[in-house]
This record gives sequence, C-alpha cells and structure tokens, in this order.
Amino acid sequence: MKSFDVIIIGGGVVGTAIARELSKYKIRIGLLEKETELAFGVSKSNSGIIHPGTQNPANSLKGKLCVQGNLLTRRIAKELGIDFQEVGELIVAFNEEERLRLLQLKKEGEILGVPRLNIVDQEWLKKHEPNLSLKIVAALHAPTAGIISPYRMAYDLSENAVKNGVEIFTSAKVENIKATPVENIGREFAFEINTSTKMFKSKYIVNAAGLFADEIAGMMGIDDFKITPRKGEEFLLDKKRENITNHLIFPLPSKTSKGVLVIKTSDGNPMIGPTAEDVTDKKDVSTSDEGLQKVLFSVKRLVPSIKGEDIIAYFAGLRPVSGDDFIIRHEESVPGCITVAGIQSPGLSAAPAIAAMVKDLLKATGLRLRRKLFFQKHRNKTTHLFAQPLWKTKKTIQEDADFGDIVCRCEMVSAKEVKEAIKRGAKTLDGIKFRTRAGAGRCHGGFCTTKLMKILSQETGKPLTKITKRGPGTEMIKKDRADG
Amino acid sequence: MVERELVIVGGGPAGMAAAITADENGVKDILLLERDQYLGGILNQCIHPGFGLDYFNEVLTGPEYADRFIKKIKNIPEIEISLKTFAVKLTQDKIITYIKPGTMESIKAKAVIMATGCRERTREMVHVAGTRPSGVYSAGLAQKLINIEGLLPGKKIVIVGSGDIGLIMARRFVLEGAKVEAVIEVEKQPSGLVRNVVQCLEDFDIPLFCGHRVSGIFGQDRVEKVCVVQVDDMLNDLPETCFEINCDTVLFSVGLIQENELIEMAGVKINKKTNTTDVPGMFVCGNAFKIYDLADTVTEDSSIAGIQAAEYLERLI
Repeated sequence: MKSFDVIIIGGGVVGTAIARELSKYKIRIGLLEKETELAFGVSKSNSGIIHPGTQNPANSLKGKLCVQGNLLTRRIAKELGIDFQEVGELIVAFNEEERLRLLQLKKEGEILGVPRLNIVDQEWLKKHEPNLSLKIVAALHAPTAGIISPYRMAYDLSENAVKNGVEIFTSAKVENIKATPVENIGREFAFEINTSTKMFKSKYIVNAAGLFADEIAGMMGIDDFKITPRKGEEFLLDKKRENITNHLIFPLPSKTSKGVLVIKTSDGNPMIGPTAEDVTDKKDVSTSDEGLQKVLFSVKRLVPSIKGEDIIAYFAGLRPVSGDDFIIRHEESVPGCITVAGIQSPGLSAAPAIAAMVKDLLKATGLRLRRKLFFQKHRNKTTHLFAQPLWKTKKTIQEDADFGDIVCRCEMVSAKEVKEAIKRGAKTLDGIKFRTRAGAGRCHGGFCTTKLMKILSQETGKPLTKITKRGPGTEMIKKDRADG
Repeated sequence: MVERELVIVGGGPAGMAAAITADENGVKDILLLERDQYLGGILNQCIHPGFGLDYFNEVLTGPEYADRFIKKIKNIPEIEISLKTFAVKLTQDKIITYIKPGTMESIKAKAVIMATGCRERTREMVHVAGTRPSGVYSAGLAQKLINIEGLLPGKKIVIVGSGDIGLIMARRFVLEGAKVEAVIEVEKQPSGLVRNVVQCLEDFDIPLFCGHRVSGIFGQDRVEKVCVVQVDDMLNDLPETCFEINCDTVLFSVGLIQENELIEMAGVKINKKTNTTDVPGMFVCGNAFKIYDLADTVTEDSSIAGIQAAEYLERLI
C-alpha cells in the first residue's frame, strides 16, 4: 500500500497542472491515470487554443480562470520550455446585426479583464488576413489569444512534477474509494483508493477525472452532478496550408459552443472544427460524414479557399460537460475531497489557474503547505527538428549524430527525438506521435510505422507483437511469422 | 559550397535508371541521395513476380529487378551513392540541403533530377468515417510488415480499393493463412491491372464488390467491422443496401500521389508533358513525375530524364 498526502485522479492537462502546482510544497503527491499514458483522454483531442477569456459570461468562474490562466500559461511555457505563440484571435461578423454582438462580446470580455480587445474593420482584415471571406464586415480582435500543444503541455507539466517528487501511476484505473470520516482532515488518512493492481491511502483526493469525474464522485457518495459528453469532430489540414490564416478565426458563438473554427496549431497543421453534439456514450469518439460536411461548410464561410483535399487527418474528442460552468469545490459532505469537474472549454487555458485554485481550496481545508526550498521550476526544452530553423538543425546534428537519422519524412522527426520521447514516458505509437509528431503527417505512418515499432521494441525490450497503438488491445501485429 | 554536376534525389528504380543513363551519356560526376539504408526503394518489398516483362523480357520479382540496377550502378565509379540521406530543402538555384546521421550539408548542383517517387493515399484522404482503432493500414505498409519484417498485421481482412498493391496484398494475406473477406471498389471497374484481378482475386475466390464503398470503420481498440454500402452512378450512397463485414483489419489501396513536396516548397512548376520543370536543368522522373502502373515504365521514363540532364550539362560547356 502506498500513502500520500494528496492523490490526484486523472492525468490530463488539468490533473498534471495540479500535480505540478502542488509539487512546489512539502507534501507527498500521487497521480493516478487509467490509460496507458497521460493525456490519452479528453486532453488529446483538445484544440490547443489558449483563449483570451472572451465568449464567457462576465460573472462565470470559467471566464475568470481563463483570463488568469492565459497569463499563467505564458509563465509556465517559459519555465518548462513549451512552445507558446501569441497569434491572436478574430471573432468575425457577417452583417450589422452581428457587428453589434461583437460590441457586446467586447464589453463582457472587458468586464472579465481581457486586455487589448478591439474591433477591426474590413480594411484591416484585408491587410492582415487576406484569405478571409470578403463577406466578413468586421471582427473582434483579441491579441492575447495563443496556441500551445495540449499534450506536450501535459507531458512537460508531468515531467516537471515528477522531477519535484510527484509519483505517477498509469494504467491505474480507480475501482473503488473508501472515504472514512476523520477527526482531523489533513492529519489522518481519510481515503483508501483501490485500482485493479494497487491500493493507495491519502488524506486528500483531487478528482480531476474528466469524463469520469461523476463516476469517481459517485464512489464517495457525491451524486449532485453528471458529466455529459459533448462530441467534437476535428479535421487537420496539410502543413502546406500552415499560413492559410494568421489568427485563430471564430464565428460568433452559439449557446453550446464557440462554433466551428479555423485553428492554428503548434504543430503547424491548421485544424478545422470542432462540431458540438451531445452524446451518451463516453467512449464514442467516432467521426461521421455529416460532421465533415458540416465543418467544411462552416469554415468555407470563413475562409473560402479551404478544400476537402487539404485534410490529412481527423478525430473526435469528448468535452466533459456538466451544466454551463466549471465545478471546482471542496465537498463538505466528504471532507478532504476536491472536485474539479465539467472542465470543458476553456479548460486548457484555465488549467494553471484551476491548479492554483485547487491549492487554495486544499489550504483552506487545513492542508499545511510549506514551500520547498529547492523546487526545480525549470525544465530543459525538448528539441523538435520541425520547430527549429535548418541552420540550428545543422548544429543539433553535429552535437548528436542521431538527430540526423530521420525516421518520419513528412514531419521531419529523427530517431533521436523518438528515443528521447520513449525515455520521457512514451510507451505506445500514439504516445510517440503526440510527443514528436512522428506518424502524424500526410502519409499517416505509411512509411515510418515499421521504423517506430522497431525503435519502441529496442528501447523497451518488448517484442514487436506487443507494440500497441495506444495500450492493451491495440496491438499492431497479430502474428510473428518467425513464431510459426 | 561544394558543387556537383548532377544530383539525383531518390534511389528507387527511377533514380537508379536516371543515374545510369546520365552516366552512359557522358555525365562524369553524379551524386545519388537515398533516404533509406539500401537502394531499390519500394521494389524491395514487392516480392511477387511480374517485373521486367517489358524491359528485360523476363519475369522477375521486385528485388530481382532492383538488383539488376544496383549491381550495375555499384560498378560505375562516376556515381557516388549516399544512403540514409534525407533531402530537406531544394531551391530554384539548385541548392540541395540534406541531412544524414552526423551531418547536414548544402551542395550546389548544375543539374538536378528529382526521383522521389510517390506515397499511398490514406483512409483520411478518402474520408472514411467511424472510429480510429488499431488495424487500419495502407496496403503498402502491410506489404512491408509481411515481406520485410515478417509480421502478419491481421487475420480477417477487408481491402478498400482495388489498386494493384491492394490486389497483390489480398493474395499475399491468403498465402499467409489469413482470410480476405472482401475487396471493395467504389468505381464500376477494378482499378488494378486485369492480370492482378485474375491472379490475385479470382484464383483465390476473394469477393470483389465494385460500385460499393466502405462507409464506416468500427471497433473500440481493434477493428471489429466495416459498413459497406452500394453507390449509384453519381457515387451517392444507396442506404438500403448497407451491410456489415466483420474483420480485424482494413487495408487501403486507394491510389498513389506524387511525392513532390521539395519541388512544391521550392516554388518550381513541373512541365506536365516532358520531364522538365520551369527551372532549366531541373528534371523530374518516375512516379514523382507521373504515377505509372509498371516499374518497367518508370525505368524507361527515368532514362529519358537521365539523357535530358546529360544534354543540358553538355550545353553548359
């Protein structure tokens, strides 16, 4: 049995941000993730937008945390060497009536504290965003919007958390939790948590279980919220279309979503989507012909030159929705349990602010937080050849020959980067793809899959027949001919 | 910067034929860049016969066909071969930047032949809806897994598209003891060579559904089934005809596209009728120029590019 002061359930971007925040203090922290790797749930399908804070009601928690998170993300990105680009966003209007709604959004954003909002006219748009539809008459420009890789953010946060003492357990699905009322919260172990293979004890629980936060809460008798998955289908375009827009392009938001967008990503490939459809199955990540048609129709209204042929990949993700706002609170009925649920958009942007709020909630319930004298806040930036200019690559290869061994031709990923990713925790082909982009390009792994499988096999000592796409059940190979 | 007479990018059948012909026509300084660790390109995984009928008047396998050229090229001292060498940039001034383990170099070429081949179209390019489980492969990747690595990627197979690689792989899977449930082709006629339809499908009683498309792939972790639907003349679904096939693997053989990213990034335009481009001294050959059905035709096409490059260099003097 392992004992911790705090156990965080869920290893997405929220769970890892909380882990890293708490690792600044002299407490023992464990993080449990049910999947084979971190960020394999809700986070992996995130659009990667660091929102400025607009499109949220002025009195909402998510709006407040988004504005704070936008600032904090920049600091964390610097400390951990994650690429953050402040590209800015444009919410566009097609007519006078919509232009008036822009003014309303601007006002709401300003109440929340979103800086430097301004309305731009057609003239400005022609100059700065030449591929936009000529039917657009004005836009709300939010220059503080940015982009970041959601999975690399989660991986880098977790890596830094581990460096500062956090213990992470993957393939650790929580099966039941025994919550015992204790005299002194923070002194005694109030929780006993069982996974299929291990047992844990903790004084506090942070429930950051994404789509399954309601089920985890239910294990402790908390049943006043429910998570409804809201599906979003997204389509990635070829890197050749990287500069199709210079900003993130939004239509006016609807009641349930920010609409279908043209998204710039940290990987270079533009992304179009997402759809927004409430579903019942928490595992339903299928895409549909209708979704594609809808997304193409919607983005062509914004940027007419986007074509179906530009699409090189697609996927669907599920937003963990519970009402209209985030639920972040200490559960009075289960002292020591902090719920972090319903973290839909803008969850990635808000994650660092959520982490700070969770820290404050823990403190308020009696957890003694003393700062570590030697908190290591920095992390060496991971080298990605695709993200650096060629002159720099020349030096990189001179320093380590393995960087010159290119395995993924479409995205220019070297054997060295793949090996590094495995050292840093990648156990599957998807894990390698999310960390390095190997296999994420236009050939979709047609050329590099065998090379990646071999490196993974060599580095982990697993036979090729045990190499998986994303964990048990997703093996790539049915039979080795050498085995007869 | 180092200057070379002729730099050829790609060491498959196209690049090798271009190099050999250029040498035969008087070019005395040739550098051949190949990103893999061996010459021959995709021919190495095509272990079925059917190569060389036109060019050698013999029936050869892919590796045998490649080997004829590899042996020849290795005996030509004027041709320098650089393996594990990945070209990352090409400019209109014919400066080529390449990466290999330990180094990155830029060289200036008087003439360039791009013989970068092609890649397979993917599931994503034909937009098949559904889930994204393990077990979805391009036909060429499956071919590499079986023929080069000795690994069988699946046991119950559905093949989408009736391109030649798909047909060849249908037979290959049967020979390996797997079951090929169906080949699904959206057009009214199979797209591969007639001889492959006969020898790979009909001889093995593999059902071919023309005028049908796979409308969805399903399965949580591994492929469990596909949905198939008949289409009308306008390629619209006829929903009442929908049926399911249980399988653990889906192969895509839905055509090839030229791999011309370097040329595109350089802003160079290919002249569609000859092997030339709008940059004098820059040529394109093989599947990078046009998708050919036969390796023999690739060889012939690339020999022309080799001659053109030699003539261009001669004119420079």
